[in-house]
Amino acid sequence: MTPAVQCTGVTKAFGNVQAVDNLDLEVGEGQILALLGPSGCGKTTALRLIAGFEQPGTGTISVNGSSVAGPGVWVPPERRKIGMVFQDGALFPHLTVEQNVAYGLHQREGRRERVAEVLRLVGMGELLTRMPHELSGGQQQRLALARALAPEPDVLLLDEPFSNLDPHLRHQVRRDVLEILHQSNSTAIFVTHDQEEALLLGDIIGVMQEGKLVQVGPPEDVFHRPASHFVAEFIGTADFVPGRMDEEGMVTEIGVFSTEDRLPPGVHAEVMLRPSDVAIGPCNEGTGEVVDRTFKGTHYLYSVALPSGMVLHSLQDHSAYYRKGERVSIGLAADRTVTAYMSSDDGSGDKLGAPLLLRTKTSG
Amino acid sequence: MQSAAVTRPDQIATFSAPRQSRTVKHGRPPVFILVPAAAVAIAMALPLLYLMVRALGAGGLDLLLRPSVVATLGRTLLLIASVTAASIAIAVPIAWLTVRTDLPFRKFWGVVTVLPLVVPTYVGGFIVVVALGPRGMLQGLLETLFGVERLPDFYGFPGAMLTLTVLSFPYVVFPVRAALWRLDPSLEETSLGLGFSAKATFLRVTLPLLRPAILAGGLLVALYTLSDFGAVSLLQYETFTWSIFVQYESSLDRSLAAFLSLLLVVVALSLVSLEAMSRGRSKYYRSTNGAVRPVSMVKLGAWRWPAVGLCSAVAILALALPLGILSYWTVRGVSAGEPLLLLWSAARNSLIISGAAALVCVAAALPIAVLATRHPGWIASGLERMTYVGFALPGVVIALALVFFGARYLTPLYQTHVLLVLAYLVLFLPAALGPIRTSLLQVSPEMEEAASSLGSNPFRVFTSITAPLVRPGLLAGAALVFLLTMKELPATLILGPLGFETLATSIWSAASEAFFAQASAPALLLICAASIPMAFLILRGHR
Repeated sequence: MTPAVQCTGVTKAFGNVQAVDNLDLEVGEGQILALLGPSGCGKTTALRLIAGFEQPGTGTISVNGSSVAGPGVWVPPERRKIGMVFQDGALFPHLTVEQNVAYGLHQREGRRERVAEVLRLVGMGELLTRMPHELSGGQQQRLALARALAPEPDVLLLDEPFSNLDPHLRHQVRRDVLEILHQSNSTAIFVTHDQEEALLLGDIIGVMQEGKLVQVGPPEDVFHRPASHFVAEFIGTADFVPGRMDEEGMVTEIGVFSTEDRLPPGVHAEVMLRPSDVAIGPCNEGTGEVVDRTFKGTHYLYSVALPSGMVLHSLQDHSAYYRKGERVSIGLAADRTVTAYMSSDDGSGDKLGAPLLLRTKTSG
Repeated sequence: MQSAAVTRPDQIATFSAPRQSRTVKHGRPPVFILVPAAAVAIAMALPLLYLMVRALGAGGLDLLLRPSVVATLGRTLLLIASVTAASIAIAVPIAWLTVRTDLPFRKFWGVVTVLPLVVPTYVGGFIVVVALGPRGMLQGLLETLFGVERLPDFYGFPGAMLTLTVLSFPYVVFPVRAALWRLDPSLEETSLGLGFSAKATFLRVTLPLLRPAILAGGLLVALYTLSDFGAVSLLQYETFTWSIFVQYESSLDRSLAAFLSLLLVVVALSLVSLEAMSRGRSKYYRSTNGAVRPVSMVKLGAWRWPAVGLCSAVAILALALPLGILSYWTVRGVSAGEPLLLLWSAARNSLIISGAAALVCVAAALPIAVLATRHPGWIASGLERMTYVGFALPGVVIALALVFFGARYLTPLYQTHVLLVLAYLVLFLPAALGPIRTSLLQVSPEMEEAASSLGSNPFRVFTSITAPLVRPGLLAGAALVFLLTMKELPATLILGPLGFETLATSIWSAASEAFFAQASAPALLLICAASIPMAFLILRGHR
């Protein structure tokens, strides 16, 4: 099947800054891709390239199999059949709700019906004659979505669509939007710097760093098997425990991990541990010491210091209660597989080799 | 003319700082923007280039060293320096009082102290002659009371300086008030927190922060004085504009007029660059770009009455007295059987030509403003700078340039309304450009991108989204041009078709023949008509 959106080797520079660097990307029909990354990583530029607001330096972009940008090819945004939802909605302030939605349907028959249908879909069927400034923040964002969906675009692009909403509203609007996208069976790419949002909404997640796409995959893969130290830290919190390979396996301060990869002894690596991967237990001779406890509502997050001074984080439910200063045993939670990264020569930790899959070698 | 980008006459109409946001679009500007913008820029620059060619052909150095030329230059510079200094001295306290203190009826004074801008200088000039002349109204009053038979001569420098100061100081009030509104209150609070007194804080923090605004306003006053023709000619103070006009009217060889014009251009450009240099390298930003916090108001206490006194004195001198004198002479004229018929046709001509100028300027400014805000680059900045000629150049010069150019290359247009409107375009395009630019900066390009992703081609995006959204700016630009055209005199005198009388020209011809009763009615009408767009601009600024 032809992908709905395909980018091949797309590059875009502004002056000396390489905003998007050799981007390869594929989104299947009906899929929702979340482009995630810190600000300035090029994710918005990638979106604008697909929309046609920027022209790529090199590479090709195709929508539903037909090329829209590439060597000798340029389809302007108005002929791409791509819908766009902007961060602040970019609603037309001089047009009513109805006229905003109808704007993209100007040469169509049955536009009144389509406007009513789309507004019903976003739950705003009653607000036809309102002006944008008379709407709440959530309504404005849903109107922006309705306006983009009205002409039935092949692909919908959303640029940080929820970041201007207050946290309470954000949860609600996110859920609404996700439902609407599924109902209309839209192919969508949205950009966010909020990892929680990406995990919630994306069928697949692409993580960008300095203009490059560093990992693409289902949310579970990206979360549990991040392709690099950078991705691991960007998605969720993680601690990195240094380890060294010897005959037994990967030796670390909290135990020995086994791996199926054949690695020469003496190799250094760092093992990534999510707070939920770290088990602690009451033990007077334990190597760990509880240095901090944060109440997280449903859980406690413990900070546990190791003899080396390194601090690991462990997420525990309410039944496990430890006081500050209490000694605990520390290890990997049962049946977990964790990822390790080869230490880089320059010690930056960012240029790492392929991830290793590790298990605890022995229980206890 | 780099600095012109910062200090344009539009500052009198635009109070709000543009919202900081991404407004630039990448990619080439569309043809329907680029072509008209280039056409306008070339139309504006060509006559001036031709004037330069003519002037340099007149033979340079020996003309420059003529004693009469040197004396004219000296008088012009003296007038500029004193009017500018006096305007700043009046305007800064008034701006501060009307923005930062609990002055009684603060809003009222805020409006009243900018209204003198609607009074043209040639009206101010003849009122000064009527009121303060050796045998004027003041003398008449003093004669009945004390038997004074003659007042000291008020013609020349004192009369010109008084007239121009009273009528142009609002050009400083506007930018200084805008700067006071934008001032980050935390800067002053920091100074107070560091233990400086309120007075020391004003002198060491507030005043230095206002410096760019004061300089920008001062530049406007200086250029206004340099380009003034009405007041200096009625009060017989021979500056450049007047000698150019006399040369043009009286001599067959117009090369000297061309040469003097070029000299005037040099003075104007020097003023602009002087302001740019003295502004220095320091930049003035708000340290935070969050919402503007209201600044704390200074309690005047017992000082409020002297403060009200200052504002009242200025308002009486610049508004109440002129209007009173004009009304008095109008009533006297009408009761003496002065015909009003001519007045109506002049008023109609004024309205039509000003309306046409407003439309043409706004239509010409829009593509240039779009180019400058959405597609910045060397093309945009080059075209934009070409349109600034009118900002720094007096009407006399531009009119002469168009006379030379029109008589030679545009013969069918010579002595027609078209050439006159072209002169207004050159003169007032920068004024129209300002508000349009500001409102374009406030329209997020995302709005335009959203429209194009919804299937609209660039032309439909422009007509259905951009143009309606910048409508407030278009209206403000049109109002400003309308106001300026109503008041404009020298270009109308020089380029107006034979027998074409406007309010401005009929006031001038009556006043220069000392028929004050005849000049008063059109002057009153002109001030009323000019107040309408002015009121619109003021209300817009207060919103």
